[in-house]
Amino acid sequence: MEAKKINPNIDRSEKVISIRGLKKAFDDFEVLRGVDLDLYKGENLVVLGRSGTGKSVLIKIISGLLQADEGSVNVLGEEVGSLKPREMDALRLRIGFSFQNSALYDSMTVRENLEFPLIRHAKHMTEAEREDTIQYVLEAVGLLQAINQMPSELSGGQRKRIGIARTLILKPDIMLYDEPTAGLDPITCIEINSLINEVQEKFNTSSIIITHDLTCARAVGDRVVMLLDGQFQREGTFEEVFESNDERVQSFYNYNFID
Amino acid sequence: MDLDRNKPGAAPARRRYVTTRRLDRIFVELANVYRFNARFFKEMWFPPYEFKEIIKQCYEIGVRSLPLISLTGFIIGIVFTNQSRPSLADFGATSLLPALISVAIIRAIGPLVTALIAAGRVGSAIGAELGSMRVTEQIDAMEVSATNPFKFLVVSRVLASTLMIPALTMYTTLVSLLGGYLNVHQNELTSLSVFFYQVFDAITFLDIVASSVKSVIFGYTIGMVGCYKGYNSSKGTEGVGKAANSSVVTAMFLIFIEELLIMQVINAIRAF
Repeated sequence: MEAKKINPNIDRSEKVISIRGLKKAFDDFEVLRGVDLDLYKGENLVVLGRSGTGKSVLIKIISGLLQADEGSVNVLGEEVGSLKPREMDALRLRIGFSFQNSALYDSMTVRENLEFPLIRHAKHMTEAEREDTIQYVLEAVGLLQAINQMPSELSGGQRKRIGIARTLILKPDIMLYDEPTAGLDPITCIEINSLINEVQEKFNTSSIIITHDLTCARAVGDRVVMLLDGQFQREGTFEEVFESNDERVQSFYNYNFID
Repeated sequence: MDLDRNKPGAAPARRRYVTTRRLDRIFVELANVYRFNARFFKEMWFPPYEFKEIIKQCYEIGVRSLPLISLTGFIIGIVFTNQSRPSLADFGATSLLPALISVAIIRAIGPLVTALIAAGRVGSAIGAELGSMRVTEQIDAMEVSATNPFKFLVVSRVLASTLMIPALTMYTTLVSLLGGYLNVHQNELTSLSVFFYQVFDAITFLDIVASSVKSVIFGYTIGMVGCYKGYNSSKGTEGVGKAANSSVVTAMFLIFIEELLIMQVINAIRAF
């Protein structure tokens, strides 16, 4: 398991996401209990935590799919909670969201999946330009040959790649990855990890990667934060986070690498 | 609320509590249905218009329903005519068969049978498709890519259903009348022109308007119920099955209620 070299292009003076005192509860269960988080320009930030700790809820709030109960969520200088629908849509064009199960439109081919956002949001493009853009992102994820296939004909890893390609097609500033390696074999996990790093370099994105896979966290994270009991308890490089004597952190590490 | 079973008076309090919760859920559901319908009427007027998706759905709902509708309509026409003949024959009035068939099929059977078949075929398909899109986060994926999933999925399907069910109803009516004619011709040797002369002689302009209005309302109901159930389906594969099932059951239930109400209104207009 090779640790990632920290991206030298991270701009620590520019925060692309800034979250303060974020709280979210479902019925009586408080998932996020006052989360503070900053994502810097060009950075890959990994959010680690057990299932059900609210990791996915966090990025769904960032992308406006869920509403926060309390706190402020500032994305690219916009306060997410106070945006009108049209302003939220404009912000969403600058955020790419890669879903855990890829969420490809299964009644459309790969080409139509990629064309879908372009037709709606890049109306100035000619058909030839659209085709070039589709081929460019497919080449970037290494799946140009799948252009005419249906999602049901693709493997789990290929679906993940196409899902990432679809989010990249509008050239977002921020990428949100929800469990990018969940349910994949170890070789495919390594490929996806490499792809996440390539996307960071090639497209100059800032990313939040939600995972409970420590191999993934170590391979893609410039910085790692650990979500425990609804709050970030540890923050730093991968090694710094797991130097902790906290029993919960250690048991998480041991479960991944020893059990 | 204290719901301790051992305290005196706990049982009635518990019953009141359960009833209140049920009533709460019913009113919340009604409010959600109202909001969903209101959103449809609000969003259908404003761009972007998803014409390509509307045409695709018209094809799915209309053209692909034709084989089933043709077979059912034709058989119903034959069976209805055959079953009605003995009663009229008792009074020596078999010559009134075309008029009877026309009134029954155009006023009631055509729209109702088309709507019930469409509720089974189209309503369940819409419920299952949107339910599965909700469960696999495809609807969320549309939303985060700044595409309005309500407009793309719901408005297009409800409009297509509202447009295509009346067209299918006209087609079913025609096919049923042809089935009826076949039976009448076989037994009474009536010609096609005489048969259709008697058919149109028996109906009024109000019958055709009522039938059209009814089928538009049925079409809207089928599309809206399927979309509502699918779009709001709960997570998991079980939710998809439930969405498909309740789309059919709810649409059929509403179609019968609407049929009853519209019939009363039309009769009142006719009497007036």
